[in-house]
Amino acid sequence: MTRHYSALSVLKEGMCGQKGWAQAWRSPQPAKRYAVVIIGGGGQGLATAYYLAKTHGVKRIAVIERGWLGGGNTGRNTTAIRSNYYYPESTELYDLSLRLYETLGRDLNYNIMLSQRGMMQIVSSPGEMEMAARQVNAMQLNGVQAELLDRAEVQRRVPIYNYAPDARYPVYGAIFQARAGIARHDAVAWGYARAADALGVDIIQQCEVQGFVVEGGRCVGVQTSRGEIRADRVGMAVAGSSGVMAEKAGFRLPITSYTLQACVSEPVKPIFDTVLVSPMTGAYVSQSDKGEMVIGGGLDRVPSYGQRGNLPQLETVLSGVLEMFPIFRQLRLLRQWGGTVDVTPDSSPIFGESPLPGLYINGGWGTGGFKAIPAGGTLFAHILASGGHHPISAPFDLNRFRTGHLLDEAAGAGIAH
Amino acid sequence: MSGWRTQTGWALDRCQSLTFTFDGKTIPALKGDTVASALLASGQRIVGRSFKYHRPRGFWGVGSEEPNGIADVLGAQHRPNVQMTLEPAVQGLCLQSINGHPSAEHDRMAFLDRFSRFIPAAFYYKTFMLPDWHLFEPRIRAMAGLGRLDPAAQGFGPSVPINATCDVLVVGAGPAGLAAARDAAKAGRKVILCDEGLRAGGSLLYRPARIDGQEGRDWAAAMGADLASLGVRILTRTTAFGRYDHGLTGLAEAQPGTAAPRIWRVRAAETILATGAIERSLPFANNDLPGVMSAEAGLHYLNRFGVAVGRRVVIATTNSSAYDTARALQQVGAEVTLLDLHGRSDAGQHPFRVIAAQPIETALGRRQVEAVRLTSGERIEADTVLVSGGHTPSVHLYSQAQGRLRWDESLQAFLPGDPVLGLCVIGAAAGVFDLSRILPGQGVEATSHGGNAAVWPKPMAKGRIWLDMQNDVTAKDVELAHRENLTSVEHLKRYTTLGMANDQGKTSNLPGLALMAELTGRTIPETGTTTYRPPFTPVPLASFAGLRGGQFMNPVRRLPLEAEHRADGALFREYGGWLRPAWYGADESAVLREAKAARQGVGLFDGSPLGKIEVIGPDAAKFLDFIYYNTMSTLKLERCRYGFVLTEGGAVYDDGVLVRLDENRFIVSCSSSHVQGMGFLLEEWRQDSFDRSRVVIHDTTANYATLTVTGPKSRELLQAVGFAALDDLPHMALTFSQFEGIEVRITRVSFTGDRSYELSIRADHALGLWRRLKEAGRAFAAVLLGGEALMILRAEKGYIVVGKDTDGRTRPMDLGVYGPFEKRKGEYLGRRSLHLPAVADQARDLVGLESLTAAVLPVGAHVVETVGGKRRSRGFVTTSHYSPNLNRPIAMGLVEGGSTRVGEIVTLYHLGQQVQARIAPVCALDPKGRLLDA
Amino acid sequence: MQLFTCPFCGPRPETEFHFGGDAGNARPGAEASAIDWTDYLFFRHNRKGVAREIWMHMSCREAFLMERDTVTHAVTATHALGSEA
Repeated sequence: MTRHYSALSVLKEGMCGQKGWAQAWRSPQPAKRYAVVIIGGGGQGLATAYYLAKTHGVKRIAVIERGWLGGGNTGRNTTAIRSNYYYPESTELYDLSLRLYETLGRDLNYNIMLSQRGMMQIVSSPGEMEMAARQVNAMQLNGVQAELLDRAEVQRRVPIYNYAPDARYPVYGAIFQARAGIARHDAVAWGYARAADALGVDIIQQCEVQGFVVEGGRCVGVQTSRGEIRADRVGMAVAGSSGVMAEKAGFRLPITSYTLQACVSEPVKPIFDTVLVSPMTGAYVSQSDKGEMVIGGGLDRVPSYGQRGNLPQLETVLSGVLEMFPIFRQLRLLRQWGGTVDVTPDSSPIFGESPLPGLYINGGWGTGGFKAIPAGGTLFAHILASGGHHPISAPFDLNRFRTGHLLDEAAGAGIAH
Repeated sequence: MSGWRTQTGWALDRCQSLTFTFDGKTIPALKGDTVASALLASGQRIVGRSFKYHRPRGFWGVGSEEPNGIADVLGAQHRPNVQMTLEPAVQGLCLQSINGHPSAEHDRMAFLDRFSRFIPAAFYYKTFMLPDWHLFEPRIRAMAGLGRLDPAAQGFGPSVPINATCDVLVVGAGPAGLAAARDAAKAGRKVILCDEGLRAGGSLLYRPARIDGQEGRDWAAAMGADLASLGVRILTRTTAFGRYDHGLTGLAEAQPGTAAPRIWRVRAAETILATGAIERSLPFANNDLPGVMSAEAGLHYLNRFGVAVGRRVVIATTNSSAYDTARALQQVGAEVTLLDLHGRSDAGQHPFRVIAAQPIETALGRRQVEAVRLTSGERIEADTVLVSGGHTPSVHLYSQAQGRLRWDESLQAFLPGDPVLGLCVIGAAAGVFDLSRILPGQGVEATSHGGNAAVWPKPMAKGRIWLDMQNDVTAKDVELAHRENLTSVEHLKRYTTLGMANDQGKTSNLPGLALMAELTGRTIPETGTTTYRPPFTPVPLASFAGLRGGQFMNPVRRLPLEAEHRADGALFREYGGWLRPAWYGADESAVLREAKAARQGVGLFDGSPLGKIEVIGPDAAKFLDFIYYNTMSTLKLERCRYGFVLTEGGAVYDDGVLVRLDENRFIVSCSSSHVQGMGFLLEEWRQDSFDRSRVVIHDTTANYATLTVTGPKSRELLQAVGFAALDDLPHMALTFSQFEGIEVRITRVSFTGDRSYELSIRADHALGLWRRLKEAGRAFAAVLLGGEALMILRAEKGYIVVGKDTDGRTRPMDLGVYGPFEKRKGEYLGRRSLHLPAVADQARDLVGLESLTAAVLPVGAHVVETVGGKRRSRGFVTTSHYSPNLNRPIAMGLVEGGSTRVGEIVTLYHLGQQVQARIAPVCALDPKGRLLDA
Repeated sequence: MQLFTCPFCGPRPETEFHFGGDAGNARPGAEASAIDWTDYLFFRHNRKGVAREIWMHMSCREAFLMERDTVTHAVTATHALGSEA
């Protein structure tokens, strides 16, 4: 069986019909008891399991997934990775993530295709340029490389943008983070799953959590469609279902779930080589390695668990994209879809013990969970292993919604992330 | 050469010949041809290359299911990735195939196919990690993607979307759709009928049938005329691309010329899906060779476009529908052999050879089909292989409407299951293939479909069996996914890219699913089905944008006096959604001149966007006490008071002046950018917490223009214009006067620190007043003030602009206003949040910042301190200008502990540079406020 | 495009409406505990399935109560405030 991935092993397997590859992961039966059970087989849950096993040496870990692993927001997002944040607390979290991403392919022995082509945030007025300077200065002070580009430099780097004199939103400049980029979203989930499985983690798909086992006021396991599973600690990383899990566990969260839509154009040859966002049109675009323009925008206005696209927001986003890139008037829309995102009042995530002791939360990522997968997994593993916070996760405790210590990037930078 | 022109083909106008080019080669065509039919007629077999292995590919189908026949249309209106099966042939069209280097026919990348064993599905996840993906990515990217964009060309032009309602929307104008539309229209219902084809008729346009004694095609034409006379709106070349919430169906209607297809948002009480079915392929090795086609497509090309797709044709079928194709081709002189996989061997009944139950093992040939070898070992020479593995109903829209599909074992197809309210699926889309059942009692004579058996790919088959031709996915790739335990449908799809191409898996999803079911020992429905995401076929981005673009995108709000300002040389900029004069004059130097002149004499400023929301009623004062941080009920009649409105979270949302017109009537003068937000905020709380009959909100912002006269000479100017009796008007008070018989509301408030008056007059009378002010102003050397000069004047005084000098964490105490926080008794918006622990931790003070040099401090610079070797932000510069009145730079900023640090030197960080500044009082000019009454 | 029925204006497209939060999330009094206050301010039911919510129709600026399913998006009822059965 070939387990290790490399150019050599692909060549070797090529000689024998690719028939020797081992399973990427097993499909085990759930055991009755684990040290840690993680609800949710998305990127966050799988990364948590991986780091629990690898960094903390925890044995007997299970990841329980209602559908198929990576099938929630991990497999639905627009794959942007960046750490261009304003507050130091946010920067610590997201830059940790970006640094982990930078070596993740080799760490997991799985090519996640991290493409650090930079992210450019267009600035469209003199007033916004001042805000952009505040943002860039904050990033540099937080130790994150960032540039404030002028119009000429933006034009040099992205010649296909709309520089017409009568453009609705003229280009005054841009914020640029060179280390930002995109990665292959499925590969991140699969890479973590394969590596976690190799470390003995049981990934149990098609297994729905129906309730929590509570004894003496403490969560000691979960009831699932495949029977009761007990655990010393239970973690939930269930983007899009946090409200549902919280209700089963008997508490409320500061979360409202919305549909976030995304779409791709048909694939074309490379024409555009960064990730670009225009806060004024609310649209962002990158070109995938396959050649599709991957397009996203703001949340739908109606709270929803629908996981499907609709027209009003699509029309808004696409009109914005065409205002930004007139050349894309040649392109056609290939696919449109939606994911359910859990939005907190400050659009920052929630880490830590839930109101039900023994049950821990990693959630509330809103639109930004994918880029945080390695850090989210690292920090949540620390929490589940130790029962307490990592210094980087501490500011993101649920308790901030009792004390008012919100980490609202829009409040600081004037631009929502 | 294999295809040729026959005498059949009703769609052609043989008198009108034309030519177009394909890969530089001139192709003759007739009017009525598609690019595909003309290419086939000219014998062009290889029309593209697959994107991964660069295999030669020919046409498989005839419509939107086509996976291979894709090309870029070159020219002024460049269009990449056009399906040639849908593209009408027109004179001079210029097409370039995709992935051929330099052409589809001669591709120097073709050698890649010889290395295909080393690059199976998903191989890229297993390699390219060392030293780094970035090293490989550019080359991989260059190979991927289909067509090209042309930076020199125009794309689709705009088209206007249409909202339509009707009783019945029928999608698909084949026999089932036509009949359903007729029934609905005869019942008096308003009907829209759409079809993606050039004309109504569906399968009747090429399949032999007689209905009510008429040729099927004639019947369809007659039906079309009938429907039109019944008032049915028939939209051809119109694809129903998606089904959305609350019964909305999206249509895209092709437009003449360069305009993008028009979007129809159709809301129908009932939607009838008569979307037909798509023919399935058969699994045999090399089933992707040019010359292997859908049997239905072969019939379609022959009967409609007058193209026989081959001379020596092998037809392999699981059902009777392909007999029509066999007969028709045989009649035009092709040599036909039919392989009836279902085992019927009614030899002798047909004028062609029929072989029962002998599947094809492999197609043979290098660049196109040359022969087939059957599992029996028999070799049959053939230039064309037409296949039918049954039909897959097109259930996309039903699935998008949240319908649950059910698996039909006998038809080997997913069919609509549970009924969906307002949706009805009929005809082939519902698995009813026989025309006699679709049109019962109408004297139908047509070949029965004879079942819908499928042949699914089997594990461990020899050779390469292609499932997804556009994405180069073979049965072996599915087996690899299974071997690696990526067995769920979504994993299969994503891992192998099966069904992810431009054709969205119309022909490939089900075989892949069936093979995975076989491999895992599950049934097909247990294995699952994929989500059918919109759109059904690709729709231009420009269609969705409609007219939204340029000035029609988030249109700016415009001043009533815009034309007058332009005549005065104003440069306009957008401020908070309003297009306003930034300065008057050729360049930015005007700003300092304006700011200086206004303080010395008088300045005229168009402040029309200033909020003017009236709050009226016996509870108005009580209500405003709740809305404002400051107590407002104690405000005297005809007086003004400045105050803050907070969010419920305690941050400053807006600031402005409240005017009390009388006991029960107030005007909220909010910031121009917050007019809409404040309107909603006031309504929300009025309806939530107050007696709605005792307080009402009325936004009059757009009704009035507000003209500001500011400066030491402002009173004299107003008096010169005829506004007498201003002597008694104290600061923060209100009076009424008249201008040419029209009421003018005059409030004495100041955003400059100088004596100032705001004149509000009906917007339609503003021009006369403004001109009078300008005329009279000449005697006082009055200057027109743009927004930028006003920003300097207010900054000299330390007056804030919310959103610029505050952020989402700024509380009123940060701005030095502690009174209500410490002393106010009553409840107000955001009050409880001001007592949360975070407020003290996050406190910063708005302070002045003095440059230690002649240089203006940069806005956005951070005040930094070094803590434990790390620089930390302690605040930032919010406003900074050169003050022409103080002749030095001025600045403001939010700084931690700032109010207790006046005089202290701090370090500012800006884009890698450090400068020093001194913390100062926020007000730089006239701290005692003497100018107000000067 | 969803259609919501404003009790005053009839069915109108979703783009004319603004979400106002859970119905029954009453504002606590001035002396509320931090828990009660932040419950009101931040914490939500976020129901999957049938939810009762306050919406404002921005065209007529009237708030109203809407019952709808957050998965299927079926709207079961809308009521003017104070008139809910």
